[in-house]
Amino acid sequence: MKADLMKFHLSWILIFIAVISSIVGCQRRQAGVTVAGSTSVEPFAELLAEEYMLKHPESHIYVQGGGSTAGIVAVKTHAAHIGMSSRSLMSDEKNLYAVTIAKDAIAIIVHPENPITDLSLPQIQQVFSGMIRNWNEVGGHLRPIVLVTREEGSGTREAFQKMVMEKEEISLEALVQDSNGAIRQVVASDPNAIGFISLGLVNQTVKALKISGVEPNLENIVHGRYRLVRPFLFVFDGKPEGEANSFLEFVLSPEAQGLLQKEGLVTIRP
Amino acid sequence: MILEIKEKIVEKILLLIAFSSISILALIAIFIFGEGLPLIWKVGLKAFILGERWVPSQGSFGILPMIIGSFWVTLGALLLGIPLGLACAVFLSEWTPPLAAMFLRPAIQLLAAIPSVIYGFWGLVVLVPLVRNYLGGPGLSILSGSLILGFMILPTIISISEDSLRALPPTYKAGGLALGATHWQTIWRVLVPAARSGIVASIILGMGRAIGETMAMIMILGNAVKIPTSFLDSARTLTTNIGIEMGYASGDHRQALFATGIVLFFIIMILNSLAIFLSRRRTG
Repeated sequence: MKADLMKFHLSWILIFIAVISSIVGCQRRQAGVTVAGSTSVEPFAELLAEEYMLKHPESHIYVQGGGSTAGIVAVKTHAAHIGMSSRSLMSDEKNLYAVTIAKDAIAIIVHPENPITDLSLPQIQQVFSGMIRNWNEVGGHLRPIVLVTREEGSGTREAFQKMVMEKEEISLEALVQDSNGAIRQVVASDPNAIGFISLGLVNQTVKALKISGVEPNLENIVHGRYRLVRPFLFVFDGKPEGEANSFLEFVLSPEAQGLLQKEGLVTIRP
Repeated sequence: MILEIKEKIVEKILLLIAFSSISILALIAIFIFGEGLPLIWKVGLKAFILGERWVPSQGSFGILPMIIGSFWVTLGALLLGIPLGLACAVFLSEWTPPLAAMFLRPAIQLLAAIPSVIYGFWGLVVLVPLVRNYLGGPGLSILSGSLILGFMILPTIISISEDSLRALPPTYKAGGLALGATHWQTIWRVLVPAARSGIVASIILGMGRAIGETMAMIMILGNAVKIPTSFLDSARTLTTNIGIEMGYASGDHRQALFATGIVLFFIIMILNSLAIFLSRRRTG
């Protein structure tokens, strides 16, 4: 009886040890390139990675989200080879090597049924700072405005703050969502909502506003008429080398840049 | 003899494994405190806990809106969860025909097994538009969050309350009935008060679950950092504050999120100790 019990214990312990050692033991050998960071850059990086892997079937590019800062930290700690950032580097991050891979416009989006099609920058600033609280104050229906913004620290929010809000603060009453997609989802389902997302991610579920009559499209961005534009960065710890470098070279190639342009980004080489 | 030695070895191995799981808890605590405390010193405990402004980019770290948000959402969840859960527990332990119980109990367990992101997604797609269309406001609100959370804490409340009702000596019920009380009177005046400690413990554990819930709340609450003034306002809880901002946080901002974790740590610890204390006092 006792021996039986013993066997029972031992077999469980053996199984336990086997499981643990298999988890610990098969730590995957780092093959390929890990790209991590901004959720704004992520979909474009995924697209490029797919294209790159079609050309180089032997290599693997892993693209992960997490946020600009997470991406930069990942590069610093060598958890990722390439960090994606949708904001410029902070002073304590300047020792990293950053390459602008494209520029992205920020679109101000509303629900498709919203009659408003055009706001001026000062109007947008007043709306987001909470001074204008009703759509009828900017020529719309008599309905309260529902603000949707990104969370503190987001690259998109930072860019919006700098380019639109300037010294004003985004109202604390604003709903906060943690990705471009989530903002689009909220704005698409709430007729009173207004938000801002990467232009490349605008689809038919939401409506991008003109700013003082200027439509957010490629031509206007290239000619500098649409001003809400920020850089997308690839960040490296030191000069990129090996697989990471060849991926970077691909991303900067005319072919990849053409792809990005088709997706609504502004390429760095006209 | 050899068996005994083997036994000792096995015992030690098990002890080691048991301690390693505890030490992970200790490591997590040390890490959270190590990361978060410096910021609390810097800002000041009072300014951190009672500050009304959370604007990390300007160096304002006040988590009062989140504490209040957590409080309201949890209160709302309990308002829904306690009556429903208690009623369900009483029904399961007193009335349910065995066949129905065979179906009901696994169904309630299943409620606990649904991932919170599914609750959140369902709430976002179904509940939030309903609230927005019929009650106004953005829909992403304390009300929607409380409703979803209320359902999420049901399994905890039901199963522990039911267990404590079933654990009562059958003589209680027999005595109540023998005194001429109806079945309902017996339940309400005798059984539920007698099982009080277990029921209270179940509610406190449910509270712990409600305060700790993150994913579903990020999706449903709207996460505004303003002190909410009505149930139709958006709010942010302590957990969602961490969940939503950790991706981009660095420096002081990141430390402030860990400091939020410390506050959460204390709240959960108090709740859990309370639940353990109450459930040990067997007779109420």
